[in-house]
Amino acid sequence: MKLPAQQRDGTIVVSVSGRIDHATSEEFSTALAPLLDACQQGTPALLLDFSCVEYISSAGLRVLMMASRQAKAQKGSFGIASLTPLVQEVFAISRFNLIVPCYASVDAACKVLGQ
Amino acid sequence: MKQIVFWGTRGSLPVAPTGREIRDKIVAALTAANGRSFKNRAALDAFVDQLPFAVNSTYGGNSSCVEIVGNGPEHLICDMGSGARPLGQAKIARFGVPNPQTYHIFISHLHWDHLMGFPFFAPMYIPGNRIIIHGCHAQLEEAIRLQMRAPCFPVDYSQAGASIEFDQMTPDKPHFIAGVNVTPTLQLHAGDSYGYRFDSVDKSVIYSTDSEHKLDQPEEMQRTVRFFAKADLVIFDAMYSLAEAVSVKADWGHSSNMVAVEICQAAGVKRLALFHHEPIHDDKQLSRLLAETRRLEEITRGDQPALDVLSAYDGLIVDL
Repeated sequence: MKLPAQQRDGTIVVSVSGRIDHATSEEFSTALAPLLDACQQGTPALLLDFSCVEYISSAGLRVLMMASRQAKAQKGSFGIASLTPLVQEVFAISRFNLIVPCYASVDAACKVLGQ
Repeated sequence: MKQIVFWGTRGSLPVAPTGREIRDKIVAALTAANGRSFKNRAALDAFVDQLPFAVNSTYGGNSSCVEIVGNGPEHLICDMGSGARPLGQAKIARFGVPNPQTYHIFISHLHWDHLMGFPFFAPMYIPGNRIIIHGCHAQLEEAIRLQMRAPCFPVDYSQAGASIEFDQMTPDKPHFIAGVNVTPTLQLHAGDSYGYRFDSVDKSVIYSTDSEHKLDQPEEMQRTVRFFAKADLVIFDAMYSLAEAVSVKADWGHSSNMVAVEICQAAGVKRLALFHHEPIHDDKQLSRLLAETRRLEEITRGDQPALDVLSAYDGLIVDL
């Protein structure tokens, strides 16, 4: 899985696309690993742009929880932005909106995370 | 198999609605009535019937006890939570005394909320009745006896009038009992729990409570999918949200509504009953969980046939 990244306002913005389900979650986790390793105290925040994510299953949500947990342990900043309405619903139903920092837009996230 | 009757659907601990919750229901009903008067009881009942379930009823608070109504005279029951008390009373009311009956009880595991109803299961005190307790735990009989011993309980196990037998089942092997093939399987839970698959000639029912499904163990998930395959009804432990189940309540031995939908869809299940409700959830929260689970099923269905999602409540009867 390709995760194109660019730096913006002091934040690494990573574009995620497609379905993150039981078939792709492992690949997503592997692709995310080096970005997460670099997400430390004093380094740019890591933001996942979810505007092109069609669906995320429980397996994909677990990857996000592990990512959030790792970033927190490393004192780095991590978040997700621009969830489509359907993915927002999945986050609400699973209550992942309560445990993973979510932002309405990349701009809004950069303002908070890039500080 | 003809029907499933839910006598206890609450997880971990029996609960009752609080005074505040009952008051809120009355206020909601009166607000909906908006000053209307009703000609007679039938009109009043019709009005009450169209109110939301969380207003006109309750999910109830008895712990796990589910009856499978078969085609023969013998009774099939899953777990002996506090729901076993009203179940026993209903059997006495229906069959009277003396009218010896045979009860097959399948125990998922030995935690208290799944056994506590047994000392209150009236048929156990009536001579002539035969009770066969089936399960896979080596300490099954010991656990049943232990809770009916001083200082835990005033009536000793030896006071049982019924004949009580214990059947040590072998996991993953079908056992032909009362006209039904019953297959237990190991589940992830502290001290182990066992799910049961009941297969009759034309229907299949899964009773799977107190079971955690680890998202990082895809082989185990696939094993569960195979166990649930093409079932007419799956009764599933959906105690927590997915977020709780994988974070603060990981390793607590329970699962979520989201995993329930995913496994049932993968297994081609027809109907899912959310079960083992979190004791801190009131009726409004449980109704919201049901609506959300139905929505999740809708958005994840794709080209598959719809999975019918319901939330079990004490007193619910499901025709198979």
